[in-house]
Amino acid sequence: MKLPVYTFDAVIVGAGGAGMRASLQLAKSGQKVALISKVFPTRSHTVSAQGGIAAALGNTHEDDWRWHMYDTIKGSDYLGDQDSIEYMCKTAPEAIYELEHMGMPFSRLDNGKIYQRAFGGQTIRYGEEQALRTCAAADRTGHALLHTLYQKNVEAKTHFFNEWYAVDFVKNAHGKIAGVIAVCIETGEVVFFNSRATILATGGAGRIYESTTNALINTGDGIGMTLRAGIPVQDIEMWQFHPTGIAGAGVLITEGVRGEGGYLINKDGERFMERYAPHAKDLASRDVVSRAIALELRAGKGFNPGGVDYVKLKLDHLGQDVINLRLPGISELAKTFAHVDPTVMPIPVVPTCHYMMGGIPTNVHGQVITVDKAGHDQVVEGLYAVGECACVSVHGSNRLGSNSLLDLVVFGRAAGLHVEHALQKDLPLHEANESDVEQALTRLQRWNHSEKGESVTEIRAAMQRTMQEDFGVFRSQQYMETGLVKLKELRERLKSAVLADKSLVFNTARIEALELDNLMEVAYVTAVAALTRQESRGAHCREDFPKRDDVNWLKHLICFADGQVGVRPVNMQPLSVEPFVPKERVY
Amino acid sequence: MQFSIYRFDPEKDAKPYMQEYELKIEPGQNMMLLDALLLLKDQDETLTFRRSCREGVCGSDGMNINGKNGLACITNLSELKTPIVLRPLPGLPVIRDLVVDMDQFYKQYEKAKPYLINDQETPATERLQSPEEREKLDGLYECILCACCSSSCPSFWWNPDKFLGPAALLWLCRFLVDNRDTAKEERLGELNDLFSLYRCRSIMNCTSVCPKGLNPAKAINEIRHMMVEQEV
Repeated sequence: MKLPVYTFDAVIVGAGGAGMRASLQLAKSGQKVALISKVFPTRSHTVSAQGGIAAALGNTHEDDWRWHMYDTIKGSDYLGDQDSIEYMCKTAPEAIYELEHMGMPFSRLDNGKIYQRAFGGQTIRYGEEQALRTCAAADRTGHALLHTLYQKNVEAKTHFFNEWYAVDFVKNAHGKIAGVIAVCIETGEVVFFNSRATILATGGAGRIYESTTNALINTGDGIGMTLRAGIPVQDIEMWQFHPTGIAGAGVLITEGVRGEGGYLINKDGERFMERYAPHAKDLASRDVVSRAIALELRAGKGFNPGGVDYVKLKLDHLGQDVINLRLPGISELAKTFAHVDPTVMPIPVVPTCHYMMGGIPTNVHGQVITVDKAGHDQVVEGLYAVGECACVSVHGSNRLGSNSLLDLVVFGRAAGLHVEHALQKDLPLHEANESDVEQALTRLQRWNHSEKGESVTEIRAAMQRTMQEDFGVFRSQQYMETGLVKLKELRERLKSAVLADKSLVFNTARIEALELDNLMEVAYVTAVAALTRQESRGAHCREDFPKRDDVNWLKHLICFADGQVGVRPVNMQPLSVEPFVPKERVY
Repeated sequence: MQFSIYRFDPEKDAKPYMQEYELKIEPGQNMMLLDALLLLKDQDETLTFRRSCREGVCGSDGMNINGKNGLACITNLSELKTPIVLRPLPGLPVIRDLVVDMDQFYKQYEKAKPYLINDQETPATERLQSPEEREKLDGLYECILCACCSSSCPSFWWNPDKFLGPAALLWLCRFLVDNRDTAKEERLGELNDLFSLYRCRSIMNCTSVCPKGLNPAKAINEIRHMMVEQEV
């Protein structure tokens, strides 16, 4: 099949916070850059982020990026790479000021400075007291950030390819990545984007679970593409369950509610976090809070044991003024999805799949790293990954709230800078012949030629159910093994599933079919990795291996598409401070 | 529950038509219109519509619901009279089924220069903005570009390339009242024609349909005031 070829110096896949920050950086470079997004940029999931973006600005009290760094490393349960975390926390204040200069409408303190709120796991003086470090725009920080970045990209005249869906990498005979194949969703046209550099910013994959805070578009597309290209993913077993998703709906209620003074109660009206995290209480790290809720539900302390069981998040004591000023967004969400007015009643909440700490392994510049047969790191020339789809790793086995928005802008910019330099030097444009392109089209062709078979809907629902039941907050060998068997079977069945609608114009069924391939890849490696890591660390909690095992497991776990696993060391060598030695993790 | 949904596949259909669907809904289920659409798509995978966040913040699933524009994901089924009639957002070209071509809407948004313009030296830290100055942005910055307003506006229907429309004007207002923007004079100067701003007739459909509870008509009025103040 002879495809039209669009040639660029750099192609960015994904127009969320990370993708659009990278494109903004490259817009000033004079290079020919394309930004491919399967949705209009402001629909990207960054828009739904609520609570804020962390940086040690010190607007309310003295603050220090080293304290932020410590909190993040402890939060990661020591699986985060300390040099990358150092870079992120040190760069954070600069990144926030830059956003503000772009016009981002942060909430303000009386003195006119950016408003900062309390958030989980953020402390001053290395764990002494709660920090107010999370810079916020009411509880619509993601919306404010994403729209600001889109606006600046409009000003910079970024070349957008909106509602184009990237399908797979094109690799040439030498194994070099020449670019990506993408489908124009509106017309069905298929094009080969031949580029010197490719930046993946495709976000998370929460839709592998039945209940998730994620949008329907979070289907792990970049992860699937990368696995199929023979590159492993890292720490993919690490999935964060956010403590407060609305019971039933899955819609997120920000940690900012607890930051402003709200707290969780069980059916006895007890503020149970006092028992699980005596110091930080409701503002302990998210994995700690989610486990606490799960234990309370197991102990029969939930409000609805017969149905979808939940605890409640109480915030009426904050008063209408605070709620209207600081938490107007979640107030609406609670009314719409829980039929509860939070100024009067508490909100029913339950731990809900929220964030993928793992992803495509990268260095601090966003360059993708693969591991060769000898177990050595190899930078993949011309390939970068940023944002949730990447694993730098700044979040290790558990992410602190308000560190994701920070991750996006810090590394979106870093990758943009590195690509700019690489393009100025000698990053080559790899060529691909017709047969290379044909190879890249295999998956798309399979769906287009499918005749009879199971529906995408059936297989997707079965996969989501398996993940929800067997790979949740508490994991054990028995359930995970059963789950892996089911997933392997579903993965086989998917190979002969059918796309009934073969039309070209705005065919969303085709997109959903292609997305399911990616979801299935993510689910499968998650299962393999979760079974492989025999310890509990951060969000990965095993009832059969309840303790953290630094001797055997203080390492990154990598997993290939064929189920092969390997390890990579955790960086313990920050550049300007002493490393933080793993300690017992209590809040 | 009965649905009557606008269908049009340009590869197959000479003309659009309404298709009837039926969905069994157990009473007491807390379902949004989008949940119903997703179930209908399970039945008929050719049924086409945009969607993403399912919580009313991304603006993907704007459509005409029983004659009124709204977001499918935050419209509760229990509020809707049956048969539920779904049509694409009015006035914009239809690509397929409930998916419209949003280009005209986005173009007008870009014409409003919806980005901060500040010609002063950037400080080392944040530009200061008092809570009172920041409050002026409330009711403006929350717009999700869903197009429910502009596609409900007759003036926008008649001149989608010349009248900016309620959403673009709301965003323009957001930058006009931001004390960090220094281009107020230039921005107002762009409105000195018969169409960009002044095609607004205070019809008020915009404010009536905004799923985020915003008030584009009020924002447009504020711009009118600014235009007069500038003249005086």
